[in-house]
Amino acid sequence: MLALFLRDIRLSIRAGGGALTGVIFFLAVIATIPFGVGPDLNLLARIGPAILWIGALLACLLGLDRLFQADREDGSLDLLVLGNDRQMLALTVLTKCLAHWAGSVLPLVIAAPLLGLFMNMEPIGIGATALTLLVGTPAITFIGAAGAAVAVALPRGGLLISVLVLPLTIPVLIFGVSASYGAVANPDPFLQPFLILAALTLFLAVLGPVAAALALRHGAD
Amino acid sequence: MRLIAENLGGERGGEAVFSGINFALEKGQALIVTGPNGAGKSTLLRVVAGLLPVAAGRLLIEGGGEDFPSVASACHYLGHQNAMKTALSVTENLRFWRGFSGADFLSAEAALEMVGLDGIGHLPFGYLSTGQRRRAAIAKLLVSRRPLWLLDEPTAGLDKASEERFARLMTQHRGEGGIIIAATHLPLGLEGAQALVMGETG
Repeated sequence: MLALFLRDIRLSIRAGGGALTGVIFFLAVIATIPFGVGPDLNLLARIGPAILWIGALLACLLGLDRLFQADREDGSLDLLVLGNDRQMLALTVLTKCLAHWAGSVLPLVIAAPLLGLFMNMEPIGIGATALTLLVGTPAITFIGAAGAAVAVALPRGGLLISVLVLPLTIPVLIFGVSASYGAVANPDPFLQPFLILAALTLFLAVLGPVAAALALRHGAD
Repeated sequence: MRLIAENLGGERGGEAVFSGINFALEKGQALIVTGPNGAGKSTLLRVVAGLLPVAAGRLLIEGGGEDFPSVASACHYLGHQNAMKTALSVTENLRFWRGFSGADFLSAEAALEMVGLDGIGHLPFGYLSTGQRRRAAIAKLLVSRRPLWLLDEPTAGLDKASEERFARLMTQHRGEGGIIIAATHLPLGLEGAQALVMGETG
């Protein structure tokens, strides 16, 4: 499993990896918002956490279609599926998800505080948003893995994956954003939505890979 | 160890590709599958590996013990694609498959030497020629131990010397009690192998 994790991390860093694409897309989305909304600093600060979350969500979806497709194209996926008796396929998928998250999504979380400055957010709001992103984005990857496994055989599955996955990520988005707001707006709680967000991630860490493994087993042709 | 197929049938996309295939392979035996394009050779190999469901009949492995309870856990599947990443070096690719597949056999360097690719392990896989890629994929069979080799056109793109070297590797594998099923159009140099001709009549 460690071998698979290291391989996928290496692949995402080397030529053709998706690590930078997501960050640049994230940067582009966040940088255009102030131009569209106008120079109202209070308004920017208020919508900041939500915009950061939406930007990160869309950037997450960007690289998901390659999660299994690249392995399918060069024949590795067959061997990963065949290894089921030694390395349970759901665990293989979980490892691939973690590697994908560490390689392409973690850079987004690291970039988020910097982009928060673009939105005139307070330091505590920036910290809370980065923390909720750190806890919440794995859930998006796990849901996305199920979508990517369903669409693995389709030549242009990227759009289909987004359409499949986006509605399922709404709860993650809602609790992520409400926890971020909870840290800055006083009467709102921070801890409760944050814990539900953590629970969502843990729940989907089990459900997503199992669903993806089922789809991969039955999608082989 | 024994691999038995009884009245095996396979389908692709809901349409039967072949049916009524029978064979029984003991330790050290080999089966050469031939037939025209579209006869179902690759489908047969994928059904045996367990990548496609068995549509009819039975397929079982006997005497695999604890290490190899099922066909999927006992086989190396060498398909049309090489299952190697072009961005990683040859050695990195082999090390990954060695770590992932378990049941370590040869080291990546020793396996490369066996296929005559020693000295180029540091190159990215994408830099290799077609024949060299195929040889690196063959080296993948050697880094972890599996008694059953399922080979789909294994010698496509290989030159004469590499074909002979691969024939020796297969003989050695059979000598160690391995079983080989190969789908091919080219003679592989497997002595005493059973032959299975697939065609329209099944």
